[in-house]
Amino acid sequence: MTTVRTPDPPAAPPRPAGSARRRDRPAGRRRKTQPEAFAFLTPWLLGAVALTVGPMVVSLYLSFTDYDMFTSPQWIGFGNFTHMFTDDDRYLQSVKVTLIYVLISVPLKLTVSLLVAMLLNTRRGGGGFYRAAFYAPSLLGASVAAALVWRALFMGGGPVNEILASVGWHTPSWVDDPQFSLASIILLTVWQFGAPMVIFLAGLKQIPAELHEAAAIDGAGAFRRFRHITLPMLSPVIFFNLVMEAIHAFQSFTPAFVIGGGRGGPADADLFYTLYLFEVGFQDFRMGYASAMAWVLLAVIAIVTAIVFRTAKLWVFYDDANDTGGRK
Amino acid sequence: MTVLRVPRTARSVGWHVLCLAIVAVVLYPLVWLAFASVKPPDEILSRLALLPTRFVFDGYTKGWEGAADVGFGRFFLNSFLVAGLSVAANVLSCSLAAYAFARLKFRFRGALFAFMITTLMLPYHVTLIPQYVIFQQAGLVNTFVPLILPKLLATEAFFVFLIVQFMRGIPRELDEAAIIDGCSVYRTFWHVVLPLSKPALVTTSIFTFIWTWNDFFTQMVYLNDTEKFTVPLGLRLFVDTSSQSNFGAMFAMSALALVPIVLFFLAFQRLLVEGVSTSGLKG
Repeated sequence: MTTVRTPDPPAAPPRPAGSARRRDRPAGRRRKTQPEAFAFLTPWLLGAVALTVGPMVVSLYLSFTDYDMFTSPQWIGFGNFTHMFTDDDRYLQSVKVTLIYVLISVPLKLTVSLLVAMLLNTRRGGGGFYRAAFYAPSLLGASVAAALVWRALFMGGGPVNEILASVGWHTPSWVDDPQFSLASIILLTVWQFGAPMVIFLAGLKQIPAELHEAAAIDGAGAFRRFRHITLPMLSPVIFFNLVMEAIHAFQSFTPAFVIGGGRGGPADADLFYTLYLFEVGFQDFRMGYASAMAWVLLAVIAIVTAIVFRTAKLWVFYDDANDTGGRK
Repeated sequence: MTVLRVPRTARSVGWHVLCLAIVAVVLYPLVWLAFASVKPPDEILSRLALLPTRFVFDGYTKGWEGAADVGFGRFFLNSFLVAGLSVAANVLSCSLAAYAFARLKFRFRGALFAFMITTLMLPYHVTLIPQYVIFQQAGLVNTFVPLILPKLLATEAFFVFLIVQFMRGIPRELDEAAIIDGCSVYRTFWHVVLPLSKPALVTTSIFTFIWTWNDFFTQMVYLNDTEKFTVPLGLRLFVDTSSQSNFGAMFAMSALALVPIVLFFLAFQRLLVEGVSTSGLKG
């Protein structure tokens, strides 16, 4: 690591002549700061202090207050938090909707993306085209435009209704029905399976073909090879996708806003957490309550991430030999 | 290789059929939208056929008129402005910070880097309200500043991380040679490291553009004046319309809103997909 670096600044203590031990610097391991570093770091540091750390501290404070932006914040202790969990049915509804959404959409999206990635993991021609076509919705899907299209597709008399009716399943207007509305949003999420698929595909390509060949020779069928080779070898990628998709899903906003018609859908069936937070903060101007909600969201995401990281030991397999070995 | 008896070509055909079937399902909503935007309004939901009986472009002319005397063209202009400035701001600020993290020595580098990685997982809601209050008191609500300033201050840690990772892959010998030849750190950054980081900067630009183009939440929070509306806010006006007479305009404008992303995708699809598979970018 410490080869010829930048010429030592003049302040550096004189090195004993002929000493080859460049590694142990006399004054311990204290890092010298290059003056230029500040120039490069200034924008980021300003942002980190003024737009991240500062606001976090303030919002933590606000979460213990009543604040409407026009009068100064009133300290109410844990009032917001107790109100949330004991006295606010719409809040609890938003928690319920969001949990259902995360618990269903994330595993479903990951399953679909893994299956399609396995389908595309071949040397056949045309793979690049399919990969690109499947990826496209990942870029478009988060937009208001895509959500508007989705809403029309799942409306009463819309194509989905008609197609299902033609095979004998008569469904109500999905977007207007409390039972079906959330399902249409979950399907919109699953439609964007392309991004995790591409990551899975990159992971699948890393699995040495010899493993599959050796197992096949030993008589392992396709399912056993999937269970005992593909899944363990891919587990770090599954882990990564799971964490990223879960964090993302908790914060989903646009589809629920648009498909729910801007106000949480039929009987609040699409009242996502972030949607309710927006309503509380920017329509009712209950900024203290909204801040408290944001901190609960942060806590939940942190806990979920921590759980996934903790359990990772049990199911994520790191092939260390593969990292340091000279495999090309 | 294969144990199965099925002939190679038959398997191959089967594979293509399966893939094409998935393509059909995945692209159906987009094709449907394209045709719906040129259907007569009464046909949009009543006929299942994709193709219209006759092509009608009323939706485009009517939709383009926009709302409250502000045309949709204005919304597009605003969106392009916000997205363009965001790209410039992100590329500049994130590459500066990335260079410091990747190459320069300073105290607390490890801790600051760890902090930056942590902010990747931070839901933006925890900073949202104080940020709003700051911009509100500075009189900047209803301007584009709250949308662009954060990017100028490299708050999108994701891109900093992306560029750091890329810069770490550039052989150190190259910038060391420049320094030994008497280049200042600044010139080394500008003339050696930055040009070599072009792939990462292009990825950053494309994703910043697409994410900003699609962004709805921040723009809705900060912009309330119709003059300042961006495309997603213009489309939002259709959210509570359920009358079929407005469908033509809604689909026409939705289709137009997706055009820039589709073009970006067609132009850069290889790069985008590679970018995702190497860095784990979210779509």
